[in-house]
Amino acid sequence: MNNESALLAGGMTMLAIATSALVVIPYLQLHDVKPTPGLKPYTTAELRGRGVYIANGCIYCHSQQPRDSSFAPDAKRGWGRAAVAGDYYYDSPHLLGTMRTGPDLMNIGVRQPSADWHLGHLYQPRAYVSGSIMPSYPYLFDAKDAPDAGEKAITLPPGYAPVGKVIVPTAAALDLVAYLQSLNRTGPVLPPIDGAAAR
Amino acid sequence: MNTVAILISAFLLSVFALGAFIWSMRKGLFDTSPAAARVIFADEEAGHPEDPASARHGIVDRSREEADRSSAPVVFLFICCAMVWLLVASVAGLTASIKLHEPDLLASVPWLSFGRIRTIHLNAVAYGWAPMAGLGIAIFLLPRLLKTELMGGRWAVLGAALWNAGLIAGIGSIAAGISDGLEWLEIPWQVDILFVIGGAFVGFPLVLTLVNRKVDHLYVSVWYMGCALFWFPVLFLVANIPGLHFGVEQATMNWWFGHNVLGLFYTPLALASIYYFLPKIIGQPVRSYGLSLLGFWALAFFYGQVGGHHLVGGPVPGWLITLSIVQSMMMLIPVIAFSINQHQTLRGHFRQLIESPTLRFVTFGGMMYTLSSIQGSFEALRAVNRVTHFTHYTVAHAHLGLYAFVSFAFFGAIYFIVPRISGREWPYRWMIYCHFWLAAGGIGVYFLSLTIGGWLQGMAMLDAARPFMDSVQVTIPYLKARSVGGTMMLAGHLFLVANFVCAIFGLGPNRDRPALFHQGSKPEQGVGT
Repeated sequence: MNNESALLAGGMTMLAIATSALVVIPYLQLHDVKPTPGLKPYTTAELRGRGVYIANGCIYCHSQQPRDSSFAPDAKRGWGRAAVAGDYYYDSPHLLGTMRTGPDLMNIGVRQPSADWHLGHLYQPRAYVSGSIMPSYPYLFDAKDAPDAGEKAITLPPGYAPVGKVIVPTAAALDLVAYLQSLNRTGPVLPPIDGAAAR
Repeated sequence: MNTVAILISAFLLSVFALGAFIWSMRKGLFDTSPAAARVIFADEEAGHPEDPASARHGIVDRSREEADRSSAPVVFLFICCAMVWLLVASVAGLTASIKLHEPDLLASVPWLSFGRIRTIHLNAVAYGWAPMAGLGIAIFLLPRLLKTELMGGRWAVLGAALWNAGLIAGIGSIAAGISDGLEWLEIPWQVDILFVIGGAFVGFPLVLTLVNRKVDHLYVSVWYMGCALFWFPVLFLVANIPGLHFGVEQATMNWWFGHNVLGLFYTPLALASIYYFLPKIIGQPVRSYGLSLLGFWALAFFYGQVGGHHLVGGPVPGWLITLSIVQSMMMLIPVIAFSINQHQTLRGHFRQLIESPTLRFVTFGGMMYTLSSIQGSFEALRAVNRVTHFTHYTVAHAHLGLYAFVSFAFFGAIYFIVPRISGREWPYRWMIYCHFWLAAGGIGVYFLSLTIGGWLQGMAMLDAARPFMDSVQVTIPYLKARSVGGTMMLAGHLFLVANFVCAIFGLGPNRDRPALFHQGSKPEQGVGT
């Protein structure tokens, strides 16, 4: 080869084809997707909690994309029905994830609705699940002698709080739990209109 | 996307490709004459091995000396940055690894929590070590291959400064919990602007050098490096435009970017190194120029479309997944073309693997390219992916590619380049020896343990009768083994950096001949300290 223009033109054409296939066509195809029925926009607190989820890299161990029951037993584990594009209507950035060092969280709000459980579990996962390798997040909590006005100490299994102290969640921990509780994509998936199911 | 539309677009694409093929044959772009493979040698040089030594042996090539002199300060800067990021990345990676089996260690420090330190590790590799080393090697190789001086090297220095400033800001952001939230694209887009400007300043002198070339034939390495330098900016820009991407489309874009950074940036830079240093050191041109061409264009076409295999089973259009799986399998073509070519070129010269550090690193890297690519192709198949997706198996595969292949190719190149730009041989052979065996042993332990652990994890997760915690517990011994492998790799890097520091500060023995592993029966000629 002795022509750099042809080389670069060829190389960029190859990239353009790949970009069309993986970015442009999905963009066009998915642009008009509507939210799954029953899916609600996140509240301000839930969005802040989503920010805490991102800041602490929860995505690197938890996926949010149950697979079809013909492919993997995700539904049998209680992770929910197979996800569809409409489930992510309000998600920006997407948090599909690529690892399941911990379980899928697409429907954790349904599976585990208790705020107390979530708060305690974030403070010390091993107090609730023996053998868990999830990091504990003490920096999302304050250890105090007594809760201030308007604050509520979390209830921990015996022996997990520092002696003589109570554990009070920070605003970040409360937001994160609000987000986790909101994760619910159990609404019915309607068949696409105009028989596009064949696509 | 109905069937008719797919058929029509496939037909049109084929006709277009056929036209482009006929045109390129008529223009003689696919000149398969071996002359082009000899560009890397001076007139009488083919047949003479070259291994670095500040004192010249064999053929003197004035244009090469001028090329090296023009690029030396810039290349030196890039290699220094690469060394720093290599250490940062190794320490961060090892910390993340230990935290997976010691989850309460240092838990009260936010920036050391697994989700952040793991991300710091990835970004220090992805935007620190790999591009700094890869671009440094490209800046060293392009003037040599084009038989000209590096033009506008000052721009590259400015570019490197901006790039590193961006990376420090980016890693600081991640440590503080400010992140764009996409894997491989965590650095906030505001900081990304520094990378864009810095990257343009680094690319500018390379393009300037390319258009001022004094050779007729563009050598294989130039194709890879030239295209990589244009591919990466497109990937980075499209991926980081704020507010453009949404929902599931953002996920497909995410893996289009994530896999193409590997396939269309690090891989071509590492292959360019192998295509240059392997024939150069044994003094034999690449065996088949035709296979090089096939390998290059097949990689350029197929690699860009494989990213969807990261979303197998996910809520994305089915055709996209299938396309990516097919193209993942098609990647066997360029990989096998490269492997045959490498083996044929090296045949009859395997003895030099015992002696030359560069050749040993680069050849190991090339072999691991074959291994990791073939593994990757099969990993994309639905039957395999069903088990391995979401497990540590994928992590093992990623390290086989980015460490055992790309990083080893870069290590080999650095062992060749540093004596050339510093005018001083590597002072300690035993450190090179330790680096090689610790790195190779470390990645071996790493890969085997996580591959086995990941597979067991996947099998446990697929069995609905077993509780989820089984899939966690089964991995613990393998995660510990991974930390052992990671410690070995870090130790190897410390030997590399220590040797480098000694070389540039004039410590240790001076050598007047290459720092080969085995110097035959001749007495050591190095002068003691």
